[in-house]
Amino acid sequence: MVIGGGLLGATAALFLARGGMRVALFERGPLCREASGTNAGTLTMQMTRVALIPFALEGHAMWKSARDWLGHDVGMVTCDGLSLAFTEQEAELLSDRATKRREAGAPISLLTPEEAQEVEPGISPDILLAGHCPVDGFTAAYETGKAFRVALLEAGVAVYEHTPASRVEAEDVGYSVISESQGTTRGRRLILAGGVWIEPMLAWLGVQLPIKTLVNQLVVTERMAPIMRTVVGIASGLLSLKQYSNGTVLIGGGWQGIGNREEGGYALRPEALIGNVRLACHAIPALRGARLARAWAGLEAETDDALPAVGPVPGHDDAYVCGSVHSGYTSGLAIARHLAAHILGEGPGPELFPIDRLLQHTVPTSTRET
Amino acid sequence: MTVPLSSQRATRSVDVAIVGAGPAGGTAALTVRSSGLSVTLIDEAPLPGGQVWRALPTTLDSGNDRSPDRVGGDTLRAALSDSDVDWRSDRRVWSVLREDQGFRVDAIGPSGSETFLAPSLIVASGTHERTVPFPGWTLPGVTGLAAATILLKAQHVLPGQRVVVAGAGPLLAAVTAGILKAGGEVAAIVDLNGSLDWLSASGAILTRPALAARGVGWIRQIVSARTPFYRRHCVIAAEGDTELSSVRIAPVDATGAPQPNGHIDIAADSLVIGNGLVPATEITRLLRAEHKFDRNLGGWCPVLDGAGRTSIDGLYVAGDGGGVLGVDAATVSGRQVAEAVAEDAKAPAGRSGSSQSSRTLPRFGAALAHLARLRPAQVSAIPAETVVCRCEDVTRNEIDAAISEGADEVNQIKHFTRCGMGPCQGRFCGDIVAELLALDRAGTDDEATVDRARAQIGSWTARVPLRPVALDALIGDFDYADIPVPPPAPL
Repeated sequence: MVIGGGLLGATAALFLARGGMRVALFERGPLCREASGTNAGTLTMQMTRVALIPFALEGHAMWKSARDWLGHDVGMVTCDGLSLAFTEQEAELLSDRATKRREAGAPISLLTPEEAQEVEPGISPDILLAGHCPVDGFTAAYETGKAFRVALLEAGVAVYEHTPASRVEAEDVGYSVISESQGTTRGRRLILAGGVWIEPMLAWLGVQLPIKTLVNQLVVTERMAPIMRTVVGIASGLLSLKQYSNGTVLIGGGWQGIGNREEGGYALRPEALIGNVRLACHAIPALRGARLARAWAGLEAETDDALPAVGPVPGHDDAYVCGSVHSGYTSGLAIARHLAAHILGEGPGPELFPIDRLLQHTVPTSTRET
Repeated sequence: MTVPLSSQRATRSVDVAIVGAGPAGGTAALTVRSSGLSVTLIDEAPLPGGQVWRALPTTLDSGNDRSPDRVGGDTLRAALSDSDVDWRSDRRVWSVLREDQGFRVDAIGPSGSETFLAPSLIVASGTHERTVPFPGWTLPGVTGLAAATILLKAQHVLPGQRVVVAGAGPLLAAVTAGILKAGGEVAAIVDLNGSLDWLSASGAILTRPALAARGVGWIRQIVSARTPFYRRHCVIAAEGDTELSSVRIAPVDATGAPQPNGHIDIAADSLVIGNGLVPATEITRLLRAEHKFDRNLGGWCPVLDGAGRTSIDGLYVAGDGGGVLGVDAATVSGRQVAEAVAEDAKAPAGRSGSSQSSRTLPRFGAALAHLARLRPAQVSAIPAETVVCRCEDVTRNEIDAAISEGADEVNQIKHFTRCGMGPCQGRFCGDIVAELLALDRAGTDDEATVDRARAQIGSWTARVPLRPVALDALIGDFDYADIPVPPPAPL
């Protein structure tokens, strides 16, 4: 039983079902419509945490071959990625971060302004330095649910959309998921993949894992003539910028809007929106000629150490948590697939991100009744 | 020289901000001001008046037009000029935010970004025009009924040489009369309603003799011009290669469903068509005020008390944005809302004791709005290949496919098809897409059943910008060092 029908929950459910398990997926809304459907769709190494680089490379390859294993590639475009530095300070940050990411396996090199302009003629001549990575790209994230829904149903997953789980109960063997529309569903194994909601979900099992809710703003322009051909960011990671084949330009970077876990990302901060757009227009000056079509905010989960919460739930056999993967749209596919492989008993696989390190109490406050 | 973000933006604090300077917003501004509160009135047009009381550009203004709409607008504009209402035209409001102390309204004006802060906000944003799509509705030569009134009223321009006027509601007669008066030719009037529909509305219409007489005047003009009048008909296709050359119409049954026989082709180079008006609820939805679905009032409307108070403290709605009831009701509502604002702000109001009860609908406006309501059966008959979302070229077929692929609510249909993601942000297609989904759920085109499905389905999430804005105007001039970039994300 998987609770949470975002990219992580859907990927885990898909591979578990293909591995021969009977899988039920519970999602409180429609599939992939929170972080998985509202993010910028960026598939970049240059905004990825160092510890996630191996998973991001694998996730990038999975998106690239998504037609084969998922049936739909969600409009993936593979292109170069540039991370820009406009000041000495940013150049230092860029070169330091590029080195560490390169050591983790990301093929990032540093380019002079002239070299960078050959890769991307649209960028500002004011840059001092650019990080370049040939493994980059983007998707149209809003199509994610459409892709996964078909694949899940074909794999035989019981998909329960609009079915919020109200609680989970530990049984002698396995767990019960209780929801208003489906009543009680019993299963041997449980995966909590509820994005920013993994904190209340883990609390059902008496596990206290603090999760911070980020409210990331995104901005999209109306269609315009081609002005860029790469994914462009800046050294600090606070910009992601790309132009889709339909001419729209998507501006992200994690500028914070207004919202919370209970109410969603319900309002945007005009100052943050303007700041984000200024940064984007500074990077790609021709963007000034665009018109703002729409802006929104999506929620992103963050643990205390900003690394994922993926692994067994301490003190609860056969229960797992899968969430809080930064820039998880790239690496999440690989991480969730490895978790599924682990549950299916397919070899050791890479070390994931068990949550013991993050728990205030190593002993859970409630244990299973025997 | 560097200019910090905050000081570059003109910020003004007032007691009451009003968005929309039509009959409702304009009247509200004058009434609020007379109670002693300070007011900023913000509008996107060059002059106050809104859609119905729209001003002529001074270059075209001979001063001869003494129509009620013109007189109403001139009176409002004169009163605003004589008042010290802070009146701002040519402003695109792109963001409205609820803050601790009230509301923050951000606009782009001729001199750049402006921010208004006010504890009370009156939304008087009027309506959008609705078109039920049919093959060819995106051809050049096809325009909206309300759009045609702008051409006629504000620019003295005829929509074409030979015009078919079609759709539902009082604008049919008003636009036809306007075209005839301006010397144009009307090839036909195609009215979704029949004589019986109008007859059943006549009691309510006669409650306003002056307005009824105006309608009779229009009809008289139409009769004397011998304009062909097709009652209980609708347009089923607009045809032409690169522009409109002919319009195909069909009889409809009592539910508004076009019939398979009796089609007529009418040669025309212009079709003006409208299927009623939809309240412009972007601001109240953005702020997450409570709304309810009322087909007869144009669709989703904010829930209001008798004085225009929404479910959110300090947020009020005046005029057709709270439900389509027409210009007279809008003017009355502007005054009532202003009195409620003054009362709530504990300022001396012109008249106290405004009602807490729910709104009583003026019969005249309600009867006409009922005639112009969306008919589920007409939407149900939209052919498969017809474009529904004209910004993103999404057809009925693609929307049906998304529904059968599992998109079971409106926002997911948008994600599956891109419909509503274009520059209009779903203002044109949103109502139709929700109706298609409701028809699918209801399994019938019975209005009451479809209404229940509509109420469950809701509407697309409202987001900023409320109007498309140029990035250039939005961001102004700046130095890189002044962009308030947050600290870098962890590595």
